[in-house]
Amino acid sequence: MKNKPKFKFRLTRRAFAYPYMIFMLLFVVVPLVIILINAFLDDNKQFTFQNFVEFFSDAGGGLTVLGNSLVIGLVTTLICLVIGYPVAYFLAKYHASSRVFVLLFILPMWVNFLIRTLSTKALFMQLNVPLGMGTVLFGMVYNYLPYMILPLHTTLVSIDHSYIEAAEDLGADKMTVFLKTVLPLSLSGIVSGVTMTFIPAISTFAISEILSSSKIFLFGDAINMHFSKTTNSLGVGSVMSLVMLLLVILSNVAVNLTSKDEEVSAL
Amino acid sequence: MKKRRIFARICADGYLGLVLALMYLPIFLIIVFSFSGGSRFSFSNGFTFDSYKLLFDPEENGALLSALKNTAILALSASVISTVLGAFSTIGIYALGRRMKKLTLTVNQLPMINSEVVMAVSLMVFFATDFFSDIFPQGMVRLIISHVAFCTPYVVLSILPRLQRMDPNMYEAALDLGANPFSAMLKVVFPYLMPGIVSGFAMAFTLSLDDFIITQFNKGDTGIETLSTYIYEDARVKSLEPFWFAVFSIFFVVMFALLLLINIKKTAKEVRK
Repeated sequence: MKNKPKFKFRLTRRAFAYPYMIFMLLFVVVPLVIILINAFLDDNKQFTFQNFVEFFSDAGGGLTVLGNSLVIGLVTTLICLVIGYPVAYFLAKYHASSRVFVLLFILPMWVNFLIRTLSTKALFMQLNVPLGMGTVLFGMVYNYLPYMILPLHTTLVSIDHSYIEAAEDLGADKMTVFLKTVLPLSLSGIVSGVTMTFIPAISTFAISEILSSSKIFLFGDAINMHFSKTTNSLGVGSVMSLVMLLLVILSNVAVNLTSKDEEVSAL
Repeated sequence: MKKRRIFARICADGYLGLVLALMYLPIFLIIVFSFSGGSRFSFSNGFTFDSYKLLFDPEENGALLSALKNTAILALSASVISTVLGAFSTIGIYALGRRMKKLTLTVNQLPMINSEVVMAVSLMVFFATDFFSDIFPQGMVRLIISHVAFCTPYVVLSILPRLQRMDPNMYEAALDLGANPFSAMLKVVFPYLMPGIVSGFAMAFTLSLDDFIITQFNKGDTGIETLSTYIYEDARVKSLEPFWFAVFSIFFVVMFALLLLINIKKTAKEVRK
């Protein structure tokens, strides 16, 4: 801002951001504010805490569903981590130069998840596997595994190999090198992989519906139900959305804490 | 020692192969048995193209074709709008003051980190309010707006790093050489940002193409179906019909061929460099 013309131009350039800021304010921020307001309104648009009471006293079973979803989400995330970490590790160790091989593990992400889920359902029906908790978990892991592998692979590949060599030179055996060098260095990948699996896993609907013939009901299904035309209990649905939003923010804080300067790849 | 290393490598590759096999098993079976003409995994009728013939039956394919058309219109318009909006706003955001920039980028992150269900219901409730329901008509308009809202953040974030790396002198030089700010933008800044703009567009297009939850909540009762909502409405109730075997197979093959081709080309380009 040494001379005037430059300053003047900066103002005009800034103006390019204004339409987008208004757009995001209107279609991202305002809708969330409406949800927040709805959480405090009853059917006659009067202020009330009844929605929170109803959710947290579990009259509609919301809390139970949340508990179930958290458990299923945790188990799914754990299985994905246990299967996915070795995949990302071996890929980084032995196939770092082969992009296509890595791509094969990520590819299913681009096929519509309904198509993938219905394909697994067809397989279960063929094998006469009864639809239930097991099949839902399989479908969840099947769907979210690539989302776990991708960030893990990105961090594992970017680890400076000289750290590993230094650890070996200092006399660490293989296990120690892994536990004390590789694992801590890949922490940011683990956290972002866990978030990318856990949040969609607890809030999804359709996967549990398709793979359990609607027997298993998750948090996403519950939100869906509260906002559907037949039930129409916007208040409780809004409270559930706020709870979901809180979980999202918490997990995002965790991601930011572990990867302060690194860019977290979103796709 | 060497033998042990080879053994470890074989174990690792075996593990990778096993995971890949499991990941692709359902897809592979669908493709193979799309040639059985039935919806069971057996060749009791022998090898036929019956499932594929259904694709050309006007009675079967009417709804599919209109869903495909809607999906294409939606994905194209949403990705074009979010690319243009994203490209201009990134330049604007970059020039913003420190605090405003941080705030805008935080709001920009919201649709990316937020759970899709929450974003979908919040938009649905927003469109249902008395005030906004008259302004934004049901159907395609609402769908395009909501898709632009969740796609543009990705466009912004794919252009921003490139803009940060750009030498500000390039733009100044264009001004010194007599370009007005607008043509300097058009002829110097945008060409430099092109790789980011293209990848942002590709990302927006695939995100919009793949979306199910936000579309499902915001399609309203105008009867608009995209491919994902149509699959959901049709195939979830009944078991998978032969028709879907053929459709899914075509999708798998086209998708995989396209992505492999793009990436092999990319790799080849890098090798040449």
